[in-house]
Amino acid sequence: MADAVLSILRAGPHVTLQDGGRRGMMRFGVPASGPMDRKALIVANTALGNAPGAAGIEVSLGGLEAECTSGAVTLAAAGGGFVIEVDGQRLGAWQVFTLRAGQRLVVRPGPWGSWMCLAVAGQIERPEWLGSLATHGPTGLGGGRLLAGETLTITQTRLLPDRALPCPASARPRHLLHAVAGPQDRFFSPQALADLQEGPFRLTSAYDRMGVRLAGPPLVPTGALSIPSEPILRGSIQVSGDGVATLLLADHQTTGGYPKIATVINDDLDGFVQCRPNQSVRFQLIAPQTAITIARQRAASFQRYLAQFAS
Amino acid sequence: MSGFPRLTAVADHAVLVEFADAISDEAHSRVLALDQAIARAPMAGLRECVPAFVNLLVDFDPLATDHQAVSQALRVLLAQAAAPDRRPTQREVLVCYEPPFAPDLPEVAQRTGLTPEAVIAAHLAGAYQVFLYGFAPGYAYLAGVPAALRLDRKPAPVRGIAAGSVIIAGAQCLVTTLVMPTGWWIIGRSPTRILTGQAQRPFLFDVGDHVAFRRVSAADFDTAERANG
Repeated sequence: MADAVLSILRAGPHVTLQDGGRRGMMRFGVPASGPMDRKALIVANTALGNAPGAAGIEVSLGGLEAECTSGAVTLAAAGGGFVIEVDGQRLGAWQVFTLRAGQRLVVRPGPWGSWMCLAVAGQIERPEWLGSLATHGPTGLGGGRLLAGETLTITQTRLLPDRALPCPASARPRHLLHAVAGPQDRFFSPQALADLQEGPFRLTSAYDRMGVRLAGPPLVPTGALSIPSEPILRGSIQVSGDGVATLLLADHQTTGGYPKIATVINDDLDGFVQCRPNQSVRFQLIAPQTAITIARQRAASFQRYLAQFAS
Repeated sequence: MSGFPRLTAVADHAVLVEFADAISDEAHSRVLALDQAIARAPMAGLRECVPAFVNLLVDFDPLATDHQAVSQALRVLLAQAAAPDRRPTQREVLVCYEPPFAPDLPEVAQRTGLTPEAVIAAHLAGAYQVFLYGFAPGYAYLAGVPAALRLDRKPAPVRGIAAGSVIIAGAQCLVTTLVMPTGWWIIGRSPTRILTGQAQRPFLFDVGDHVAFRRVSAADFDTAERANG
């Protein structure tokens, strides 16, 4: 049978369809979106022989329960240390497995991590928005949230043997974040920049796909609180007038008028999002050229890791 | 500390080009000129550009290039491009100022000392330009609200404001694309879709476009809404 149908029995908040993201639209107010832990989706897709950015399901700490009501499809799970069960039988958190008609899948938070991805050996049937299934959380545009009572149809399904996937150390929650100062560090005192590095900064419960508010030493800007709105990136550390820092993430606003004291390098963000509220992080400021060096080293090492199990 | 244009490295994948600290037509015109120059001659490794009021973010692939190479390419373009060379496209947005679409019109009239009709006339007379998108998909900030209508935003945002609302604050006007809270003044409703739903042209405006509002009756509003499907 070529199609499989998943009936969604329960889905927590922020359980959405995501793909490699929607690039080139920030000038229209649209961030890339895509999974919070982008590497998790790439790993899961690679394990199934999919394109790295193929659409899958991102599951938050809210968890997911679904039943396969017809057909059969192989899935790959990666990202975080979630508990995954099929018909009550526990699988590995990073695992290729097949769900058949009548079987029930449960994904719930496990010992660590905040976000996981399920890739599918097949094609998810949902309408795209701007050429992508990535869901923009605040509006629901894109493939959208998964809601209890809905069904998800997967076409062109393939069946692959079960296997465990290696979870590398780099996929664990990252508590030391490299950042490049600025672009508005000039609005902060040397003490504020020192405090940024001293930390620690605790993730508050104000944490969703747009960003996470941090609790730590106040980083009060020294002036210019009415700077003209300017571009924001995934990784921007934006500071409000009372000195509270927010780290912007997958569904970030594309512009804003709060000064950005520093910007976290891209590769550290996938591990960062696996931290949970109340866990703490520190920031280390590095030179832009060092940031480039780290980006290239990390990308090469991720490619080597993927090559181990690419099908 | 002027030194404009100022180039700043951002994270491991972007350069911010700033033309001024405060909003000015000249700075924004330089943003548009550089944006167009990059579109004509994209540097190696370019991913996307994000134009804003006084600055432009250039996002690049760190595996393909670095801040230095991108900055160098930007300096070459900056030396060439002083003014936008593309004539701005003129766009039209329909607006209905009748109840229940203009809940703040009476208070705007009161605060500006104008009659509601004079507020409408002033709003229609504005010469608007798309300065940037931000806040949410399709939220295009239009500069050009006439001086007589410039009001500070409300002290607290009002929730649940309908998509398509035409709202003003200070020198800015925008047509909302989603149901959202806003502290801006709601003076009308537009049946014109900024998120067009068309694959060829998903957003009605490009940054830099000029916009004129055209008044429609509630009956014409309904007709236009039905045509949207």
